[in-house]
Amino acid sequence: MIDSRGNPGRHAAAADSNHLLELAGDVVQRALAAGATGAECTIAEGEEFTANVRMREIENIQEAASRGVGLRILRGRNTGSSYTSDLSPEGIQHLIKSAIELADVTTEDPHAGLPDPEQLGAFPEDLELYSPDLETLETTRKIETARRAEDAALSADPRIVNSAGASFGTHLGRHVFANSLGFAGEYRSSYCGLSTVPVARDGESMERDSWSTIARAFDGLEDAEYVGRKAASRALRRLHPVKVPTQKVPVVFDQRAANSLLDNLFDAVQGMAIYRQESFLAGKLGEQVASEKLTVIDDGTLPRLFGSSPFDDEGVPSRRTVVIDRGVLRSYLLNSYAGRKLGMTTTGSASRGLSGNAGIGHGNFFVEKGVQTPEQLIAGIADGFYVTELLGFGVNIVTGDYSRGATGLWIRNGELAFAVSEVTIAGTLQEMLMGLEAVASDLEFRGSIASPTLKIGEMTVGGK
Amino acid sequence: MMQFTESIFATRFNITQPDLEAYLYEAMSQGGDYADLYFEYLLTSSISIDESMVKSAAQGVSMGVGVRVIAGERTGYAYSNDLAPEKIHKAAGVAAHIAAGPGKTGKLDLNQAVRHNLYPVVTAPTETAFSERVELVKRADRSARAFDSRIFQVQAVYADNLREVMVATTEDLLTLDRQPLARLGVSVLARDNGGQPQRGHAGGGGRVDLDFFLKEKTPEHFAAEAAREALAMLAAVDAPAGETIVVLGPGWPGILLHEAVGHGLEADFNRKGVSAFSGRIGQKVASELCTVIDDGTIGSRRGSLNVDDEGQPTQRNVLIENGVLRGYLQDKLSSTLTGGPSTGSGRREGYAYIPMPRMTNTFMLAGDDEPEDIIRSVPKGLYCKNFGGGQVDITSGNFVFSASESYLIEDGRLTRPVRNATLIGNGPAALQYVSRVGNDLRLDEGIGVCGKNGQSVPVGVGIPTIRIDRMTVGGTA
Repeated sequence: MIDSRGNPGRHAAAADSNHLLELAGDVVQRALAAGATGAECTIAEGEEFTANVRMREIENIQEAASRGVGLRILRGRNTGSSYTSDLSPEGIQHLIKSAIELADVTTEDPHAGLPDPEQLGAFPEDLELYSPDLETLETTRKIETARRAEDAALSADPRIVNSAGASFGTHLGRHVFANSLGFAGEYRSSYCGLSTVPVARDGESMERDSWSTIARAFDGLEDAEYVGRKAASRALRRLHPVKVPTQKVPVVFDQRAANSLLDNLFDAVQGMAIYRQESFLAGKLGEQVASEKLTVIDDGTLPRLFGSSPFDDEGVPSRRTVVIDRGVLRSYLLNSYAGRKLGMTTTGSASRGLSGNAGIGHGNFFVEKGVQTPEQLIAGIADGFYVTELLGFGVNIVTGDYSRGATGLWIRNGELAFAVSEVTIAGTLQEMLMGLEAVASDLEFRGSIASPTLKIGEMTVGGK
Repeated sequence: MMQFTESIFATRFNITQPDLEAYLYEAMSQGGDYADLYFEYLLTSSISIDESMVKSAAQGVSMGVGVRVIAGERTGYAYSNDLAPEKIHKAAGVAAHIAAGPGKTGKLDLNQAVRHNLYPVVTAPTETAFSERVELVKRADRSARAFDSRIFQVQAVYADNLREVMVATTEDLLTLDRQPLARLGVSVLARDNGGQPQRGHAGGGGRVDLDFFLKEKTPEHFAAEAAREALAMLAAVDAPAGETIVVLGPGWPGILLHEAVGHGLEADFNRKGVSAFSGRIGQKVASELCTVIDDGTIGSRRGSLNVDDEGQPTQRNVLIENGVLRGYLQDKLSSTLTGGPSTGSGRREGYAYIPMPRMTNTFMLAGDDEPEDIIRSVPKGLYCKNFGGGQVDITSGNFVFSASESYLIEDGRLTRPVRNATLIGNGPAALQYVSRVGNDLRLDEGIGVCGKNGQSVPVGVGIPTIRIDRMTVGGTA
């Protein structure tokens, strides 16, 4: 490490990536020496590459590496936070000084603190989050993969006339965390992703859709041609959409739409919203909040998956938590602060970037799969709406009010009949959870949130 | 105007003009048509209060440089968050690979360009004492709680940043800008005895000094607005479902323009033919009452910039004039490929991102109608006063925006508040139904963040009261 103008620093060796753990420990010790009574230091380092291809030509290639350090300190029950991308000795010194000074302007908070020492630790088994094959994957191969996916989409049908492109990206990261209770840990992670967005046109109708695949290792990705064809078929089936009349019908959420619904559910069970009473699920622990078809799990310990990690952003081991068991709310997701506020214990769900107090995140947050295939689930519906994409932010976690733009296909006599767009679906999350009539068997982990196809008994579709 | 030699890049990082030229030569070492360097030094601070306790105060510093090389339609991009010369050379070398040909070594002669001076802030909020800024969230908390006994939760977040940027290009352009930005947001929950809570939110700011929050838009102003919204919503009834007449109030409801037409007029989408507005310049895409502007030159506004993130001065761009589509928002790449000038619309989130065409402050010009007359003209419909976010599908043109405070209109009068509902429309069609435009153009208070392809930038919107004869409302009633 050389600082900004080539002066080799005292910490010249400490900033080398093998020594980031040492640097984090050093920052914690220096914060204590400067007057902190507790400290936690996060270091994130990453290398990223992205190639975008459009109409079979390279559109752009982006490549870079970066790193940053974050520090949070306690002085008694006051906290201060700082971060820097300047790892020079001056940069680190400024980082520590800033955090200490900021503790003077915050308020003493009786619940502020680090996790209890006995809560600290890491999941003991290898979670296989890092694949070295991505380090040596050739640039030409990355570009070629994106090109193959887009080409497969463009070649799928004469109505696929245009494309917003295809993208192949890789990310190699290292995450380091140390605190003043003696926790020090690090893990590496990698992922690569491939996506393409074809545009279908037929007469005046123009529609786009996408498909993507993501994996820890290159050989874990779906085949590029499959990705292209799948994206093309999704775009094609959206052509010539109808705006249906306003009515109340059963609504089926495909996997992607159901994931979005599960995102809303996470917001409603994370402990910060619970202690502030800004969730419709606050105070409902032990109650039936959903149909008994619904079981929701958070598990940060599933090998290779995207929500997995050996420990959370406070140094607490990741684990499996049953959030909803056959409709009964069993647990919130908590960091140590929300745990103390609610008189409960952390679930190892602390999440933060480099700066500030920890918030709450999830591991692999998923709906346990049912037995019916999506086709069987749809087969029983005479008139209904199969939703493939949701638009906008019309979800109010405080009240549960749910109103979003939707695109998809109309279900008629048990089959997908025609495309529908420019409509809304509305209800309340409370009614939607209780009205969940079926969970399909098509659970796939394409990110840290995963739901099979879901059927909700009745919602209002707003249209003509 | 700040001189290069006085900038932080020269004084703190000892970067010289010959250094910049050397990096640009390196970027063009494999050929290419154009290269630029974007240097950024960013200071950020944030303070938040919750349960009347200042639970978090944070500050940070980050810096970096992005090197871009354009060769035909191709872009090579690399960045470094280390400003050491060998790291910048390495990034330039990586970006250079996009081109495949002999190096271009034409003589460079960087000249500092003139630019606007839209935010002459002497002391940026980021440079003031934390103790002064902490008072803002404490005042917001006290004031919201004092507003009404039914307010039982208050959170306020104050955040500011100071961004020093420098752009150097192979077209001999050298620009520097110092961009302050500050925002205060207040969020409250209200509840009648044992009833369901309702949320209210308000916030604002801009490229201002701290005096803005002490004299113009105080913490008490935002607290009262947030509390008022939450209390109003306690009596909310179910929103209507289906097509109805919608009246938008002035200010932030201008988010309609941002979603319905703004994104669809960004030149990258149109150059590629993937926007619902592609190839429609000169066509009628709105009622003749609609003139829509994107203006990056309004003083102190959140969406304003002296120069865009490619070093071009921002300008006032007419997007739609009396209902007719006039032009797109252009950046360097799209304008070069389509043979026109840049409109000063090339923006990026930071040094780690490739610039693209983006909006600044997007608004509709005022019309002649009195706002009261517009409401009075509606027998049955919905009046929307405030919104959360919005989103658009560029290709189909479908867009949504979510009303956070709206009221039923019955016989020309506002009657009951309604629960949150999403409004949905289609870009090239929605503005054709605008039948009344008020004389009360208002810009929003300075809270907008626009996301596109994973990049967030601050923006503004504005609109007068307008009546839309047909729009679909996503309620349940």
